[in-house]
Amino acid sequence: MTVPVEITINGKACAGDVEERQLLVHFIRENAGLTGTKVGCDTSQCGTCTVQLDGVSAKACTVLTVQASGSSVTTIEGISDGVDLHPLQEAFWNNHGLQCGFCTPGMIMAANELLRNNPSPTREEIRHGLEGNICRCTGYQNIVSAVEDAAKAMGGR
Amino acid sequence: MTTRIFGSGIRRREDPRLITGRASYTDDIKLPGTLHAAILRSPYAHANIKAVDASGAAGQPGVVAVYTGEDTDGVLNGLPCAWLIPGSDLKTPAHPAIAKDKVRYVGDAVAVVVAESRYQAEDALEHIAVDYEPLDVVVSPKAAAQDGAPQLHEDVPNNIAFTWALAGGDTDAAFADAAVTVSDTITLPRLIANPMEPRSALAQWSAASGELTLWNTTQNPHIARFVTCVVTGVPEHKIRVIAPEVGGGFGSKIPFYADEAITAFCSMKLGVPVKWTETRSENYLITTQGRDHIEEVEMAATSDGVITGLRTTVYAGMGGYLSTAAPGVPTILHGLMYSGPYNIPNISGTVYGVFNNGAPVDAYRGAGRPEATMLLERMVDLVAAAVGQDPAEVRRKNLIPKFENGHDVATGITYDSGDYESALDSCLSAAGYEALRAEQAQARAEGRCVGVGVSSYVEICGLGPSQVAGAVGFQGGLWESAIIRFYPTGKANVMVGSSPHGQGEETTFAQIVAGELGVDVDDVEVIHGDTDTTPMGWGTYGSRTTAVSGAAITVAARKIKEKSRALAAHLLEAAPEDIEYEDGRFYVRGSPDQHKTIQDIALMANVAWNMPEGMEPGLEASAFYDPPNFTYPFGAHVAVVEVDPETGHIDLQRYVAVDDCGVQINPMIVEGQVHGGVVQGVGPALWEGAVYDDDGQLVTGSMLDYALPRADLLPDIEVSSNSTPSPHHPLGVKGIGEAGTIASTPTVYNAVMDALRPLGVTRVDMPLTPEKVWRAINDARNGG
Ligand code: FES
Ligand code: FES
Repeated sequence: MTVPVEITINGKACAGDVEERQLLVHFIRENAGLTGTKVGCDTSQCGTCTVQLDGVSAKACTVLTVQASGSSVTTIEGISDGVDLHPLQEAFWNNHGLQCGFCTPGMIMAANELLRNNPSPTREEIRHGLEGNICRCTGYQNIVSAVEDAAKAMGGR
Repeated sequence: MTTRIFGSGIRRREDPRLITGRASYTDDIKLPGTLHAAILRSPYAHANIKAVDASGAAGQPGVVAVYTGEDTDGVLNGLPCAWLIPGSDLKTPAHPAIAKDKVRYVGDAVAVVVAESRYQAEDALEHIAVDYEPLDVVVSPKAAAQDGAPQLHEDVPNNIAFTWALAGGDTDAAFADAAVTVSDTITLPRLIANPMEPRSALAQWSAASGELTLWNTTQNPHIARFVTCVVTGVPEHKIRVIAPEVGGGFGSKIPFYADEAITAFCSMKLGVPVKWTETRSENYLITTQGRDHIEEVEMAATSDGVITGLRTTVYAGMGGYLSTAAPGVPTILHGLMYSGPYNIPNISGTVYGVFNNGAPVDAYRGAGRPEATMLLERMVDLVAAAVGQDPAEVRRKNLIPKFENGHDVATGITYDSGDYESALDSCLSAAGYEALRAEQAQARAEGRCVGVGVSSYVEICGLGPSQVAGAVGFQGGLWESAIIRFYPTGKANVMVGSSPHGQGEETTFAQIVAGELGVDVDDVEVIHGDTDTTPMGWGTYGSRTTAVSGAAITVAARKIKEKSRALAAHLLEAAPEDIEYEDGRFYVRGSPDQHKTIQDIALMANVAWNMPEGMEPGLEASAFYDPPNFTYPFGAHVAVVEVDPETGHIDLQRYVAVDDCGVQINPMIVEGQVHGGVVQGVGPALWEGAVYDDDGQLVTGSMLDYALPRADLLPDIEVSSNSTPSPHHPLGVKGIGEAGTIASTPTVYNAVMDALRPLGVTRVDMPLTPEKVWRAINDARNGG
């Protein structure tokens, strides 16, 4: 049993016939071919699959594709053209906020949401804001610095 | 100028593709016509397989094939153990890729389904009927070694895979004469490595050419090719292993797994590409874990706290089978480091490697050295308490004095260089140690439980001389190789056999070449991870990539420089000995205007219009570097904690690290390694530990139950460094990947014990969860 869906991903309409049980993260990766969004767990714990769903951050492994039909999704590939970087991308680069890079797309998407809600967070607030995203490489410290830096670049105090 | 790039914290060139989501990890790679594999895993920790009926799965939607142990038996060879430590009565029982007769841990592979989609493959697993006869289970490595314990492998009595012993000096006499002896049993639970990228394999067999291509989440593609050859029988030169982007490994992506073999088998059977990617839940069950030690330790000392002896008996869990490097971890990488940074004249130890019903155990960040450092640092603190002296002072009086070129320790190895006291001093002063002790006294007076933990460490890294590898039974070499190739436009590629996966060597290796040859760092591109396009190498682990591959690159760059000098001399019509080199320019001594840049040389060597008699065209050099010794990075760390005695909650308030990894190529990357390493060692001290119940079921089977460090649980780590160059390394570098993990577990553990001492608590098993700490406090209060 498949269901027709249409989801706007990074401004582009993506249509398909999918199983009802398909997770949005799999639609993004398999159907839309956007593999920047990662699957790091199967219990909604790691945050590597974080995207924006209708402007709000969501773990794409917790949403069914059919639930997202008609919605608009932004993934890591959609926050910049890959050349002119988003301030968060630039800040992760400048602050060595990544090592293996596997958590990074989700981390950047989560940080983006954090800064929208709190444009000038303290380090403490950044740490709390990112507790739903696991990084095994960096010990988080440079991620916190990156987000702090991006906040400044994005006009927070 | 460009050469100053060496030693500076330039940002990483691998990052643009990673921060934009444009990098390709194994599971991101799509080949047309790929089928998907899902593996049926044993729900029992120990059982005989009476029958497997896969017929029900065959007709399920999308299913293309189903294979069991009957199909792979005799086609796939068993998975080899590749570290055959000598003199240990090592047993290496068969490890079939798919179990046919018996399963030995929850997760052991029993069958595989190949289907058009991953969902379909997973669905079909439910339709395979397996008749198991459950057997008794044993989880604790010590219990497994006792008479009467359930036996995992027929030919391995008491489950003892090996017994390894170490003796230096006269330990019995040291203990007989000791004024002070202390002892404890230290349990290091199993740890789950948790690279954020799950393991994955994509196999593509071409029957026409007889070639197998395997994309794989591996830390060592060349070893993976070698073992793929052993297991599948495909000749080594017909196998191409590609480690694309790899999302962390921490040791768990060193071994060659059944899953890769099964995926290759399926592709070879079906003639189409087949992909397998583990779920995180599978990762927890099947991917190799770390530690699993029960260490019975004693230390002897004088009444003044001078250490005179160390004695250990260690039970090291191996899991259901011996993983690729498993036997070397609790022995060579562990016991040989029993002296740590201290003068300990008499050392003896016995290590039992024991099969138990859990996932196989193998190298995990630090691999053997955290287990050694933990027991040493715990003992030193107990000695300090016994003689009533400050733990930092007891360390100081036992540290090996500064040495620049070789120091022998009682375990029979020779450290390269060390200045342990400076590291300790730097760390104590960075932490404000005296003030901390004063604040602690004040806090204690107020009834607060504040603790300060100190540890000193030295690790064995830069693995290692191949001759030593052979002598200790490692079934491979430990050298590295590099090719540097200059093109006519003066740009260069560096091809290396080792393959970093987060450590940033695409950047640091380019910095080495820039530093050696005066080229712009952006004119150097590093190529790694593909056995078809890189020279042979043994992989990224043991903090060896920058040390060993970096040395190979340095040697190759120096060969380029010598050829360039000779060609410059010819072009400038001067004698080679009259050519000076500075910052990318070769000039005639005394007339710097008469010069050729390295770019001029690259062009002239490649067009070869005017070469000196007998000189080959091209500007390319390769080097094979086998280090003359290991490297021995070291340092000292301090942690400050406060424990809430009412709840057992621990607040890690400060963490101060001073590490000495020799010369640093990119300090920003070094610091990042320390941050990540420290946090990975704090984890097991406070939160992490894989728990199996008595039936061998993994209780901590997901990220919900296995407590990984999260951003909000940690303070900023205060990092600084000293630099004592390695005397034998062409650049003086040592390695930093594992340092933090080795030091931080005992540092934090000691801090908590220091906090609890006034309450009468003397020991708590790791991880120091609030519940355990609270119970220990309560027991102590109740006179327990
Ligand atoms: S994949 Fe881990 S939270 Fe979504
Ligand atoms: S950079 Fe590797 S998990 Fe975060």
